[in-house]
Amino acid sequence: MARTATAPGAPKTLLGKAALEVDDRLIVAGPLRRTLNKVFPDHWSFLLGEIALYSFIILLLTGTYLTFFFQASMTEVAYDGSYAPLRGIDMSIAYASTLDISFDVRGGLLIRQMHHWAALLFMASIVCHMLRIFFTGAFRRPRETNWLIGVALLILGIFEGFAGYSMPDDLLSGTGLRIMSAIILSIPVIGTWAHWAVFGGDYVGELIVGRLYIAHVLIIPAIILGLIAVHLLILVKQKHTQFPGPGRTEHNVVGNRLFPTFAGKATGLLLVVFGVCAALGGLVQINPLWLWGPYNPAQVSSASQPDWYVMFLDGSTRLFPAWDIYLPGNYNIPALFWPTVVLPGIIFTLLLAYPMLERKLTGDTASHHLLQRPRDVPVRTSLGTMAISFYIVLLLSGANDVIADKFDISLNAMTWIGRIGLLIIPPIVYVLTYRICLGLQQHDREVLEHGIETGVIRRLPHGEFIEVHQPLGPVDEHGHGQLAYGGAPVPKKMNQVGGARRAIRGFFSPIEEPAAVELEQRGEDRGLAPAEPQRELTTSGRPAEGGRPSEGGRPSEGGRPQEPRD
Amino acid sequence: MTTHDTRPGSTGGADTPGPLHGGPDDDYTPEQLATLPREELDRLGARYDGVEVLHVEPGPEPGSALEKRAVRQVGLMFGLAGLSAFAFVVVYAGAGWFLPDWQWELGSNTFSVLYTPLLGLLMALAFTFFGVGLVLYTKKLLPHETAVQDKHDGSHFDRVTTGATLVGGLHNSGLKRRKLITRSLAFMGGGLGLMLVAPLGGLIKDPNEGDPLGTTEWAEGVRLVRDDGTPIRPGDQEPGSLETVFPAVPEGNRLSDAATMLIRLRPSQLEQATPRSGQEDFGYGDYVAYSKICTHAGCPVSLYEQETSRILCPCHQSQFDVTQGAKPVFGPATRSLPQLPLAVDDEGFFVARSDYIEAVGPTYWNRERI
Repeated sequence: MARTATAPGAPKTLLGKAALEVDDRLIVAGPLRRTLNKVFPDHWSFLLGEIALYSFIILLLTGTYLTFFFQASMTEVAYDGSYAPLRGIDMSIAYASTLDISFDVRGGLLIRQMHHWAALLFMASIVCHMLRIFFTGAFRRPRETNWLIGVALLILGIFEGFAGYSMPDDLLSGTGLRIMSAIILSIPVIGTWAHWAVFGGDYVGELIVGRLYIAHVLIIPAIILGLIAVHLLILVKQKHTQFPGPGRTEHNVVGNRLFPTFAGKATGLLLVVFGVCAALGGLVQINPLWLWGPYNPAQVSSASQPDWYVMFLDGSTRLFPAWDIYLPGNYNIPALFWPTVVLPGIIFTLLLAYPMLERKLTGDTASHHLLQRPRDVPVRTSLGTMAISFYIVLLLSGANDVIADKFDISLNAMTWIGRIGLLIIPPIVYVLTYRICLGLQQHDREVLEHGIETGVIRRLPHGEFIEVHQPLGPVDEHGHGQLAYGGAPVPKKMNQVGGARRAIRGFFSPIEEPAAVELEQRGEDRGLAPAEPQRELTTSGRPAEGGRPSEGGRPSEGGRPQEPRD
Repeated sequence: MTTHDTRPGSTGGADTPGPLHGGPDDDYTPEQLATLPREELDRLGARYDGVEVLHVEPGPEPGSALEKRAVRQVGLMFGLAGLSAFAFVVVYAGAGWFLPDWQWELGSNTFSVLYTPLLGLLMALAFTFFGVGLVLYTKKLLPHETAVQDKHDGSHFDRVTTGATLVGGLHNSGLKRRKLITRSLAFMGGGLGLMLVAPLGGLIKDPNEGDPLGTTEWAEGVRLVRDDGTPIRPGDQEPGSLETVFPAVPEGNRLSDAATMLIRLRPSQLEQATPRSGQEDFGYGDYVAYSKICTHAGCPVSLYEQETSRILCPCHQSQFDVTQGAKPVFGPATRSLPQLPLAVDDEGFFVARSDYIEAVGPTYWNRERI
């Protein structure tokens, strides 16, 4: 350090000197360089988790702003704010202050709606991120811990969201809270005791909004924040997974360094996520709670639905049959207990245990850093789509009254469709997915063996018509390709191996002559002009995205068609 | 100082680095590094971090038409972002100053309606233009490099040495032998753990004290009143209609479990009416009163379809038949809505004959026992 200050090449600029001063004290040059040099693989599906992270940042910022104005008190006051239809009506301070945020705080409505939209986006991106992780096998050893943390974040997100939308104490949130109260009461043995602990007495009491508030702004976010930190630390430590492709192995990561490429793109994404939330918050109304009015236990509006991430539980509650279980001693287990406590318990336990279950059942205990294509793991993929179809039936059933109303279907029929659909759709989806996976696998092998269909029909001397196939690599004496399947996408169209000329430049109207481009390309093909520089490695490995597949595994030389074979 | 020269990590206060100091600083002297160009230094550092830059596609040629166009595009994006952000500030701060007031009044159709959408739009444009500009910058102006970073498995050396340090510490503590310490530690741990969670006991309350779940404010002689507090006479309602009534107690219309539906049956409904056994006399003439709190999840059952005599809960679509003692006929509810025994007092107003004879609202574990 002292050496650098006097060494040849010591910094002469002010910034350089300042950096030296900092490093003299903190010795951060080494760790900083390692961070800047960290390589990130480049695939769109890796951005889903980032969207979750960025929407969480929006939630923290907008949420902190909202706490400046929201008062979590259930004390009754007469509203005297600027929303005329409710003036003079008795309501809790919580609801009145939420109305004030919407009507009397400059820009408050925008921030409140951004907060709500960002919450929906947060949960949606977590779910999409998990689906990506699930279907590509990214949860396998050594990443089980991060899977567990991810599921914990999902569950915490549901509770956080529920606490958040239950706080304003309007008619809709109060209805949700009433159902939550019933759910807690339905727990066998400890139900009433748990209810008294949570609500501080019989429903609704004076305490619950304050308790929801502290859970929503401190307890749950602090845990979420801590878990996100651990999630990211583990990710940095274990490094990213990547899809198989040229040059990619179990022992490396191919992509861009953090600085500046990845940092630029990630910051760009962060800003776009911010922009989307701002646009939704400003332009698309969400939860106009001044229309619902203050909570009143004797009132309810039709089509009372929770936010989307809780709706599957509303659906399961609607579908579950009226089965109370009576036990000796006049005890009973309410029907409500099964769809609202047991079912999510089973769902989330299975979700948590999945990596371990799969490890046990397949006996695959090896470390994996290369991802799998869903078609190559048909059982897991089919289980996944089966679970999704189960979930979607529940989700739609959570809105079955709205569907019945809008499509003029009997409400009872919707319930029965849901009940039957919940049992028969998932197995059908399993079988279909399994067949589709096998079909896709088979097609990959077929293309590798026989080549790409060119669409060119040739008539043989004896009159037979055949389609000319373009082999992807070297062939044996029978004309069969010798490439093995490598877990990466197989090009299936001539365009993907350079069969198409490049796109004509221009926005709306072309700025160059298609014919000239055609000619230029032919010239390039004959080696008249240098083609694009050779790339050994590609961002996505897909030739269509500019990747130049390497020799011996891929169509060589930019996929210029070799001698077509039959 | 007796520090030995070969003892690693320390030179005992002397102003020269110990022998473990060094690393790349010894491999590359400042003089050597000074001769290397910046690109080489970048690659060298990367190699130390296990990163190999395989291929760099340089950005556009400086001064080329391609570069100029990309720079114009990025500049335009950043400029538009700045413009939108300033416009946001102008709209935000200017409303009510040199722009019309932002506060919305019912029925207003002016600037105040546009205020929040305008703010959202401008903020969205500012963020999005900035983000798009950054992505364009990265894609069009920065060199595209492809880098490979090595992934290392755990090191056997690290495991063995760390293990030795940990086991050594445990061994020196003698906890394996000193049973008194381990036992007292376990005892203390249990005590401290309990002590720390004990204050949560303040949350626990007895739900069975006074049977709050099984009783409501209804009692003998309590009048049925409307939301506005007015009492009801037989004959006030049309046959086939439903009215929500509350007990005539202070704040009776805000109670969470007392809301009741007073229903006047049509003659045809009355003919087929089959009340629950033991509750045949709970109605009054063609009037019946049922709890409004759903026996499933506690929502107010509100939607009465008099043609089918059904009451529907909008939360989970349980349906109750008022001619059959409000028995659940569809959906997830398992129990009939409790019926309030009715009477008429000396002044001719409806009163309750007693509280509900069973618990109102959602089912719970020991409901049948109380």
